[in-house]
Amino acid sequence: MTERAADVVVVGGGLMGAATAFFLRRRGRSVILLERGLIGQQASGVNFGNVRRQGRFPPQLPLANRSRDIWGRLPELLGEDAEFLPSGHVRVCFRREEVGELEAHARDALPYGLELELLSGNMLRARFPYLGPAAVAGSFSPLDGHANPRLAAPAFGRAAARAGAVVCENTEVLAIEKAGDDFVIETRESGRFRAPVVQISAGAWGGALAERFGEKVPLVVRGPQMGVTEPMPYALEPVIGVYSAVPEEGVYLRQVKRGNIVYGGGLRGPAYPDLRRAYVDPANLLRQLPHIARVVPALRALRVIRSWSGIEGYIDDDIPVIGPSAKVAGLFYAFGFCGHGFQLGPGVGDVMAELIATGRTSTPIEPFRIGRFAGTYACYENRGSSGNRVGGFGGS
Amino acid sequence: MADRAVVIVGAGPAGIRAAARLVEAGLRPIVVDEAADRGGQIYRRQPANFGRAARQLYGFEAAKATALHAAFDRLRPRIDYRPDTLAWNVYDGAVHLASGTTTTAQDFAALIIAAGATDRIMPLPGWTLPGVYSLGGAQIALKAQACAIGARTVLLGTGPLLLLVAYQYAKAGAKVAGVLDTSRFARRIAALPALAARPAMLAKGLYYSAWLARHGVPMLSGVTPVAIEGNGRVAAVLVRDARGRSRRFACDAVGLGYGLRSETQLADLARCDFAFDAVSKQYLPVTDADGRTSTPGVYLAGDGARILGADAAELAGRLAACAALRDLGHAVPETEPAGLRNKLRAMQRFRAGLEHAFAWPAQLAAALPDETVVCRCEVITAGDIRRAATELGAPEVNRAKALVRVGMGRCQGRYCGLAGAEVLAAALGTDVEQVGRLRGQAPVKPLPVATGSVTPETVVSTTSASGTVASETVP
Repeated sequence: MTERAADVVVVGGGLMGAATAFFLRRRGRSVILLERGLIGQQASGVNFGNVRRQGRFPPQLPLANRSRDIWGRLPELLGEDAEFLPSGHVRVCFRREEVGELEAHARDALPYGLELELLSGNMLRARFPYLGPAAVAGSFSPLDGHANPRLAAPAFGRAAARAGAVVCENTEVLAIEKAGDDFVIETRESGRFRAPVVQISAGAWGGALAERFGEKVPLVVRGPQMGVTEPMPYALEPVIGVYSAVPEEGVYLRQVKRGNIVYGGGLRGPAYPDLRRAYVDPANLLRQLPHIARVVPALRALRVIRSWSGIEGYIDDDIPVIGPSAKVAGLFYAFGFCGHGFQLGPGVGDVMAELIATGRTSTPIEPFRIGRFAGTYACYENRGSSGNRVGGFGGS
Repeated sequence: MADRAVVIVGAGPAGIRAAARLVEAGLRPIVVDEAADRGGQIYRRQPANFGRAARQLYGFEAAKATALHAAFDRLRPRIDYRPDTLAWNVYDGAVHLASGTTTTAQDFAALIIAAGATDRIMPLPGWTLPGVYSLGGAQIALKAQACAIGARTVLLGTGPLLLLVAYQYAKAGAKVAGVLDTSRFARRIAALPALAARPAMLAKGLYYSAWLARHGVPMLSGVTPVAIEGNGRVAAVLVRDARGRSRRFACDAVGLGYGLRSETQLADLARCDFAFDAVSKQYLPVTDADGRTSTPGVYLAGDGARILGADAAELAGRLAACAALRDLGHAVPETEPAGLRNKLRAMQRFRAGLEHAFAWPAQLAAALPDETVVCRCEVITAGDIRRAATELGAPEVNRAKALVRVGMGRCQGRYCGLAGAEVLAAALGTDVEQVGRLRGQAPVKPLPVATGSVTPETVVSTTSASGTVASETVP
């Protein structure tokens, strides 16, 4: 049986895995990247494409800052830019009482080097004239922006391959066993692999793999509800998001240079990780439309041409799992990014490569340790798909 | 949500005959029609105030067209007819309908999709010049609006429609500068045994060709399209004839088409299984002999399932209605569907003959210059698609779409999907079956943002009907 060995095997070829493989090569480590489908085909490829630091859990900002720096250097690193546009990000709210939340976040973010500009009422509309009258205030992050999720992970994957990573697509991992100092990874299509270090970056499926090593995490799977309109002349520079306590109102949209407007948010839909399918619930789509039109009324003149969903893993505390295993030497994790991982991808790859290669990282990742769940539950059902069709379609 | 009913999407020959059969059984089906009182495309009605006779509009098919329109007019009071309504999605046992900005989720006990077909296009340099229309579009202009697409029209492509449109145009007094068929004449001869399964149809084809010859309309077969030329609009079509000689036909309009492709998007959204059909070289929904799909309660009939033509569509509509009725517990004597299946088999043999006689020229895809636009909505070229294959590692069409945008525009791959697949397959050195098919995504056709079931002022709930609660508003 063929067996290939390397310093590191990365299981899962989304943005996290592809970026880790790329940065490991830059640190001179040999790496094999195993992906069940095609690089970046799952959540990494179908998310909204937000490259934002605003609105994050503040201890995540050092990682987000590191990542933002890499986004700006993609052409130099990868030879392509994945359509990254540092066009800014504005977060609006509709209620006076929510303005305080935006202000509080701006205060909390400042020590981490994120400077947000608060604008209200007329000043907000003077700056962004297309915003509807319902927005009472907004918080602007000038250096945030957006990129094309369909291109980012594949770009990292190709760059990793050019740099000497072995990238195996259409390769499903069947088993990972620790045998002495090494991990032995069995795959369905591509034989066996061996390495002293394994990283699990399998996204929504990462929890199942972590569980095999006795490290259960409370992860549920959900489908984002995404859509795109026909093009209109380019006018909306920043990404626009809504801060609201009402989930249905929490929509976001961005205009790409070609003129189409990508939108998402509101309620999530059902996802079926066992089938690797997720669907847009038409009821959700119809709910989103009035909300995006409320944010930018000019959108009412447009038509939606396509909608899509994907499979995202959400951890109960809304914080991803990043870092070394708490139980198994040589095992590392980067998964469960709760629908907000896209911006973090390049940074996570860089941090994980640093951690694996040197044993430490300069970016604080303590809040993301998998060990935080060790004592909190003894027996936790791994909830699979959400929605009312679990019986019919499986789930995990 | 409205109570469960039997819903038919499409009011062409298949939809109308399906509705009629259900009404015979005492049901009152909902018939969803994207248009209003048009009767589909093949027998499309002219506007109310136009006065051309049926014979003028439909030629040999006049009697069939008139009978179908009369049947629909009789049906109208006995069905729940929803004109100007788009079925944009099928989800969870409901078909989603949009009319203007009003939307309804209609639960169905049975759904018969009779969505018809569009032209099948193989691009060539210059095909996006103003003045180039699809062949079907050229025919609709004449049938529905009494207009020709140009003063001097060239018809380029292949299929039985090519001769028919040429005949219709010439008969109506529109100048046809050339009928240029990529299929070799020898293939038509070879296909004769299959074509003889429908002798009347075969005879019509011969009649059109003889009439056009008598009237001095240039007809070539076995051509290789080279380019549509013009500066800002069509000026000429350049081809190589069967002997390899260059031939140029001056014109101001081109009707371009290589047969038809089924509109299978709703079947896709209804999660029907698909399989590659070797006859038509397309992925088509899998159905049994009666039109049942792999999704319980969903049936297909007419050209939206596979291209068999209008006569077959009428039979298939009735047959699908029989299947739906049986599945709902109504008694249908076996002689009825058995008879319909028999007649359809003859039509299937004829169809196989047509596909052989007028083959989709897949080989032209590999020969397209890199700069030829394939996806005209997004302006994606053959070279872009080849790059997806050779530089970006796209092994199939959905990946190519994600990486280079082919199929991402308003038409969602209707007009570029098949040719794009051929270009990709050729670049990969594999057959077109291996590169798969574009995954369907709702809405089937563009849906206005102004459509909505909720106004912002009424939003208070935090739990959707499906019980999903968003944890936070973070993208």
